Amino acid sequence: MKKYLLQSIRLTLVLLVLLCVAYPLFVAFAGGFSKGKGGGEKIIRNGQVVGYALLGQSFTKPQYFWGRPSAVGYNAAGSGGSNKAASNPDYQKEVQNRIDTLMKYHPYLQKSEIPADMVTASGSGLDPNISPQAAAIQIKRIATYRQLDEKTVAALVEKNTAKPLFGLFGPSTVNVLELNIALDDLKK
Amino acid sequence: MNTELLGIIATYLLTVILAIPLGIYLSKVFAGEKVWTDFLKPLENGIFKLSGINSKEQMNWKQHMKALLTINLVWLVYGFFVLLQQDKLPLNPDGNPGMTPDLAFNTIISFVVNCNLQHYSGESGVSYLTQHFVLMFLQFVSAATGIAAAVVFFKAFRDKTTTALGNFWDFFVKSITRLLLPLSVLVAVVLAFNGTPTSYEGKDQFISLQGDTVHVSRGPAAGFIAIKHLGTNGGGWFGANSAHPLENPSYLSNMVEMISQVIIPIAMVIAFGYFIRRKKLAWMIFGVMTIGMFLLLLPTLSSELGGNPAIAKMGVSQTTGAMEGKEVRFGPTASAYWSTVTTIISTGSVNSMHDSGMPLTGLWQLLGMMINSFYGGCGVGVLNYFIYLIIAVFISGLMVGRTPEFLGHKVEAREVKIAALITLLSPFLILAGTAIAAYVFTNHSGAAWAVQPKTWLNNPGFHGFSEMLYEMTSSNANNGSGFEGLGDNNVFWNVSTGFVLLLGRFLPIIGPVAIAGLLGAKKFIPESAGTLKTDTMTFSLMTFAVILVLNALSYFPALALGPLAEYFTLFK
Repeated sequence: MKKYLLQSIRLTLVLLVLLCVAYPLFVAFAGGFSKGKGGGEKIIRNGQVVGYALLGQSFTKPQYFWGRPSAVGYNAAGSGGSNKAASNPDYQKEVQNRIDTLMKYHPYLQKSEIPADMVTASGSGLDPNISPQAAAIQIKRIATYRQLDEKTVAALVEKNTAKPLFGLFGPSTVNVLELNIALDDLKK
Repeated sequence: MNTELLGIIATYLLTVILAIPLGIYLSKVFAGEKVWTDFLKPLENGIFKLSGINSKEQMNWKQHMKALLTINLVWLVYGFFVLLQQDKLPLNPDGNPGMTPDLAFNTIISFVVNCNLQHYSGESGVSYLTQHFVLMFLQFVSAATGIAAAVVFFKAFRDKTTTALGNFWDFFVKSITRLLLPLSVLVAVVLAFNGTPTSYEGKDQFISLQGDTVHVSRGPAAGFIAIKHLGTNGGGWFGANSAHPLENPSYLSNMVEMISQVIIPIAMVIAFGYFIRRKKLAWMIFGVMTIGMFLLLLPTLSSELGGNPAIAKMGVSQTTGAMEGKEVRFGPTASAYWSTVTTIISTGSVNSMHDSGMPLTGLWQLLGMMINSFYGGCGVGVLNYFIYLIIAVFISGLMVGRTPEFLGHKVEAREVKIAALITLLSPFLILAGTAIAAYVFTNHSGAAWAVQPKTWLNNPGFHGFSEMLYEMTSSNANNGSGFEGLGDNNVFWNVSTGFVLLLGRFLPIIGPVAIAGLLGAKKFIPESAGTLKTDTMTFSLMTFAVILVLNALSYFPALALGPLAEYFTLFK
């Protein structure tokens, strides 16, 4: 038993060096060659960091495309979902409120046109994406508030829609932050 | 065909295609045959030399278990003190506090036993030092512990009669140097180039497009996330686990993470067959496990893609499926697939919040963890399956009136007793644990504790009961996922699940290894016409029936009170 104890302690120390020093330092070195240089890819506009490419932001103003509801208010110091059960009556009321808010700002919509992702919170609370349908229902509102042609906005959405991986796997998505930046850039 | 469905079909096929050669490779590594990674031998010899280990020394099954338990004890003690003191140690750029003793107790056990139940949040609960030197370290070594234990078990059936079962340190170190570490480097680099951070910088701050000040947690996460999946650990760098956009940035990274958590458990089954030179047995086991997986996956898909009926009533169309707690870049299909594999295999990482899944999805997740051997965790999946197999051998023996045998060794009272005890352990821990929790919640809801039991649950009614049942099931299965609405960072949950974790890990490792050790030492009886063959379709069906019957009998009442009752309320 004593022999095993001593061997265990020594082996643990050796492995700590291999697995907790050598390995992550190598990964950090390799990550330095990635787009964000290992610190997460930032989006810079007019010399200012306005966000991270992968992290969703809170958009509440009517002239911007809105993202999904978030249980953590898009505060990336933390993360998490609502953890509300499908059967929870309070949760169902919350969803109803979200539908009502959407209908208020988009009076031209049929309820059945509202996609599920616009009225449900994401798992991370930082979801950067919405579905193409979720962008489509907002086009008319954006065009009105920004006094733009609906077709211009629709073209912008189309341009900012990411197709499935290799055109084959997974859903199409729209990155809300990138789309809104493109919107702001239109004015110039 | 729709692209979401194509995505998971491709993922599963790729997993199997990669796992088969990996399994053959592993059988050679552990048999000491020539493989292309032999260039790593000097590294291994260096490790053995520095640790004062003679890797040629043969051990019997008891010595193996002593070595295994000793080193696990060393990790428990070491990690516990680091967690308590992490605020005073370096590499803590965000200034996170030390853990309370009960949280440290739970966390260290949870990572030593390959579970990664996380009662803290990665962003605010641990330092970078803890993440790497305790948690990620344990993700490597706990997976290697499981694999090494499985190889001891393999070894008992390779030769006709033997008590010399190889060297524990040899299996353990090779699991890391020949398997976990190289694959982790590969996966970590892929993740890094998909956007997962790797640098040691602390929190960042920026002003958003709309003018809000936002803080961003970061850190060297890519290496951690790689081994979290390959080692079927599942503990996330960030609180939201693999739903977090930095932890799982894209559909591609999602495929990579799904493949990497399933690949070793499948490879271990293949390795078993090649190692003991009975390939057909391995394919039969693989077949039963695969059918089991699909029987859980298909209803999960159907339940998630159907959407939430309460939301449907409000007039919203859920064309792709239920979206609460899910990410747009994965969609409901890949989220459902993930939730199945992460629960049948003891990973327990999530890319969607299980608490917000449909009621029946919860049922299939719970059942996956209760069975815990449809592929199962790194190494331990095969061991868990072996227990069912011994029970099946015993019952078949009784049915045909012969002394039961497994691979030429008589299965006698002692072995069957061990198997029966291990089989009873899971329902005992899960059901007794849940019963105590439910009792405290209903009868002492206002107890003057720091966290009052009445505030535990995030959801009322049947689903609240499911939250408690899920936590105990996940602990016993060493899974680590949760219905995260449960307020679990308090003395009751930290301590109770801590004990369930310990018992649910080490007894189901010691039991099968002991049975294998005992069987391996017995006289070898050559196969005859009267032998019960274990590599046939009939026997595989028998094993499958045993798995179904044992679990249905044990858990049906509890499942009826939780997810089933919720289902009938929601869909009435």
